[in-house]
Amino acid sequence: MSGAKEIRTKISSIKNTQKITKAMEMVAASKMRKAQDSMQATRPYADKIRNVISHLAHAHPEYHHPYLAERNIKRVGLVIISTDRGLCGGLNINMFKKAITNMQQWAADGIEIDLTLIGAKSNAFFKRLGGNVVSTATHLGDAPSINDLIGTIKVMLDAYEEGRIDRLYLSYNEFVNTMTQRPQLEQLIPIHGHKEKELETHWDYIYEPDSKPVMNALMIRYIESLVYQGVVENLACEQSARMVAMKSASDNAGELIDELQLAYNKARQAAITQEISEIVGGAAAV
Amino acid sequence: MAMTMHVDIVSAEKAIFSGTVTMLFAPAEMGEVGIAPRHAPLLTWLKPGEVRVQTKEGDQRSYFVSGGILEVQPHTVTVLADTAIRARDLDEAAAVEAKERAEHMLADKQADIDYAKVQAELAQSVAQLRAIQKLREKAKQ
Repeated sequence: MSGAKEIRTKISSIKNTQKITKAMEMVAASKMRKAQDSMQATRPYADKIRNVISHLAHAHPEYHHPYLAERNIKRVGLVIISTDRGLCGGLNINMFKKAITNMQQWAADGIEIDLTLIGAKSNAFFKRLGGNVVSTATHLGDAPSINDLIGTIKVMLDAYEEGRIDRLYLSYNEFVNTMTQRPQLEQLIPIHGHKEKELETHWDYIYEPDSKPVMNALMIRYIESLVYQGVVENLACEQSARMVAMKSASDNAGELIDELQLAYNKARQAAITQEISEIVGGAAAV
Repeated sequence: MAMTMHVDIVSAEKAIFSGTVTMLFAPAEMGEVGIAPRHAPLLTWLKPGEVRVQTKEGDQRSYFVSGGILEVQPHTVTVLADTAIRARDLDEAAAVEAKERAEHMLADKQADIDYAKVQAELAQSVAQLRAIQKLREKAKQ
């Protein structure tokens, strides 16, 4: 019976694991809904700022902002957004892979790289890999606040304004749907993508107090909101990836339990058969 | 009919107000401004304070903003509200903190490498155990 007993303990231990993964799955599912809602909630701000910036491009102000000008690339900044915790499938690794492919390309072109890391996982990863890390932010929690990001991003923005970096990129996971998350690498600065339509009438804003500081504040907020949006989107990705990973772990545990149950039944049957044949044998001998 | 304009008050974290109003008051950098429909295009900073709107139906609503940017177009007004108190010194301090975190993280190499090493060793011994188990099973059959 010893074999059967071993299998029984194994089954109960797998059942415990399954309980944990099931619980994690359900927690992730409810957090995912919240994260998706907050992802939707961040959209209007970035959309509005984008509108204002494209208005500005139309209005031809006398002051041209450095965030709109292309420069020769000698050094780039890369903001990498990862999760704080693991157990979310290949989410972080897939994104790191994409980032590293780009980094290798830059390195081959003789471009140096500065890193800003958001999330504990990217910190651990790039600590081992190496790289010039200029600022980090970790443990933003389930409801990240833009407050925690201001300083982290400012390091990169300052570097751009002082000419230490010539481009700024953002790497994060795009939330396609619950099953699919796509690693993304986007260019933040110089800002591009707004179409310049010809205006019928020429107009400009009244700037108060002056165009320069107002535009500066606007641009900084725009970049911050993009990074914040990335953080929130990555959070939704994390929760849905964790939900899927935990679901497949629970399913695997279920399969394992079924198999072990079968093995257990066989072992038990074998033990009973053996006992009976021993008794019959003993009776025959008498 | 009174003239109206569309107003959006949004912060980076959520949309706060969106609707049709007849008048908007905001604490601009150079003093409190009142914006009526068909105002000339204006772009200005907001100081921390109260943004009031008078809705089409005639009720007043007010929202507190801790700063931000006000954009005025003849028929649309956008308030990009800050959720944080912003000041040059505060931002600077936050940036220094973020830099320090990075330096601290890089300096703290020892602990993590040991952890990684232990993890690798553990994975190795687990693999060995599994191999031994398989060999035993084969020997039994």
